[in-house]
Amino acid sequence: MSVQRSTVIFAWILLLPALFYVTVIVAYPLVDTFILSFTDASLKKTTKWVGWINYEKIFNATFAEVIIRTFVWTFFSVSIKMIIGVFGASMLNAAVPGRALFRVLTTPPWIVPMAIGIFMWGWMYNGQFGMISGVLQRVGFADGPIAFLAQGSTAFWATIITDVWIGVPLVTLYMLAAMQSIPQDLYEAAWTDGAGRFYRFRRITLPLLIPSLITMSMLSLIATFNSFDIIWILTRGGPSGETTTMIIDTYRTAIGSNKYGEGAARAVLICIFLSIFCLAYFRVTSRLSSGENR
Amino acid sequence: MSQPLMVNRYRWYELIGIYAGILAFLTFILAPFVEGFLVSLKPLSQLFSSPYRFIPQNGSFEAYRTMWVSVPGFARYIFNSFFISTIVTAVVLMLVVPAAYAFARFKFRGSGHLLGAFLAVNMFSGAVLLIPLFRLMRSFGVLNTYFAIIVPGVAFLIPSAIWLLRTYMMRIPRELDEAAFVDGASHFYTLRRVILPIAMPGITVVAITTFIGSYAQQFIYALTFNSKTEYAPLPVGLFAYFGRQEVIWNELMAASFVGIAPAMIVIFFLQRYLVSGLTAGAVKQ
Repeated sequence: MSVQRSTVIFAWILLLPALFYVTVIVAYPLVDTFILSFTDASLKKTTKWVGWINYEKIFNATFAEVIIRTFVWTFFSVSIKMIIGVFGASMLNAAVPGRALFRVLTTPPWIVPMAIGIFMWGWMYNGQFGMISGVLQRVGFADGPIAFLAQGSTAFWATIITDVWIGVPLVTLYMLAAMQSIPQDLYEAAWTDGAGRFYRFRRITLPLLIPSLITMSMLSLIATFNSFDIIWILTRGGPSGETTTMIIDTYRTAIGSNKYGEGAARAVLICIFLSIFCLAYFRVTSRLSSGENR
Repeated sequence: MSQPLMVNRYRWYELIGIYAGILAFLTFILAPFVEGFLVSLKPLSQLFSSPYRFIPQNGSFEAYRTMWVSVPGFARYIFNSFFISTIVTAVVLMLVVPAAYAFARFKFRGSGHLLGAFLAVNMFSGAVLLIPLFRLMRSFGVLNTYFAIIVPGVAFLIPSAIWLLRTYMMRIPRELDEAAFVDGASHFYTLRRVILPIAMPGITVVAITTFIGSYAQQFIYALTFNSKTEYAPLPVGLFAYFGRQEVIWNELMAASFVGIAPAMIVIFFLQRYLVSGLTAGAVKQ
């Protein structure tokens, strides 16, 4: 009994430093955000309790647009990441010469500081002198220069593509690892029974990948929903707010205009959405694992 | 890897398909780097001329020399990035190694929930918490210092580090701890003399991923909590090439490649550990 008790105390001693750190730097600010969202905090010395006013202000006409835009942006970014990631992983999973090198070559967008990759894309999107516009004109798909970041519709997709580019390596490597953990004898058995390659992919690989797919989509969803650097560096949310997602809007309100209270209310809303995603995720995974046990 | 099995033997058209797929995939991944490198070789006058040319005409490495002249502080930015990432990695390891061991070995009431709470930190990027973090940093009096970038950086790298290292430590046979315990070793002694040496490869992987994460993600804290150029890390420092009139693109690209070179060299030598460690942590056993 006392041995067990000392073990538990030891475990808590080991956990305490990390726990303390995260409490001060993450948990406390989280509570503080919540409290701030009910005040008119700004650069002023004094702050006043204002109740729900910040939240009422949020739900004006433009903010609904921001929310919808955030969801559309996130949806396309995550979906494209997953599609390209699974495609890349199944290619890299093929037992062909050079695959070790190909795997290493997949990592740079993820390893390089995000800002640098974003600068490169920023230049490629340049209308007058950039690569994409230049190549499109050369090939004949475009009549004149396309300034991708200067028009709302193209800027929207340009930021998505850059976000996909940064997120794909991690998705690919994770899905590759998941594919490699599928027992090889399943494929051999199917092969002996005469199943073709595509049939094996559809009937063995894909079904066994589903738990990893869900996990990765979830992680990717959270990261994408929180994506800040890409939009901020490429467009700062412009032109005329057409790439402004909730994170960008929050940053602009809080740090740009120093309206801490209103910014905090927006941050709380983001937290609520993120929590809903997580709850949904746990629902799905627990249903999946209970299905497996049956 | 085992020998190529019959099931993995490809017909010629399948091979062509696979290589074409890999080519398309890697083109997407690497095109910006190729373009960025070519830009760094082009003189500025050629960059700002239509029509677009992919291959530089009379390209040179001139920008790699002039970049140091136009932004004299650039070496400082690289140093800052390295310095910040090193401190962040050290602090993360000090916090995470004991915590991961606790989660890997001891089951106590609430341990599952606590692990979940740690992982939930991943949910909130720094961006959501910027306002209170800003106030917190201000009340600590660390705004516009290295600490303003280090302190929040550490917090958001803890969760994945705990997860990775815990997975690794769970694979260390429990008998080792028990044998040491039976021989009369204390808990601390067991951790220090038995577990730490065995877990070293796993700790190395966590150190590398933490370093990369910190090197890559300094932007938002540096942008918000620090306004002094002498503490600016690489991602913010690169904005020095954004002139009043136009961006000096060739030097910006040259500087980017110079800035990432040290990290890339480290990664190149350690990538074997990196990929194996990641995949070990990523897939549930």
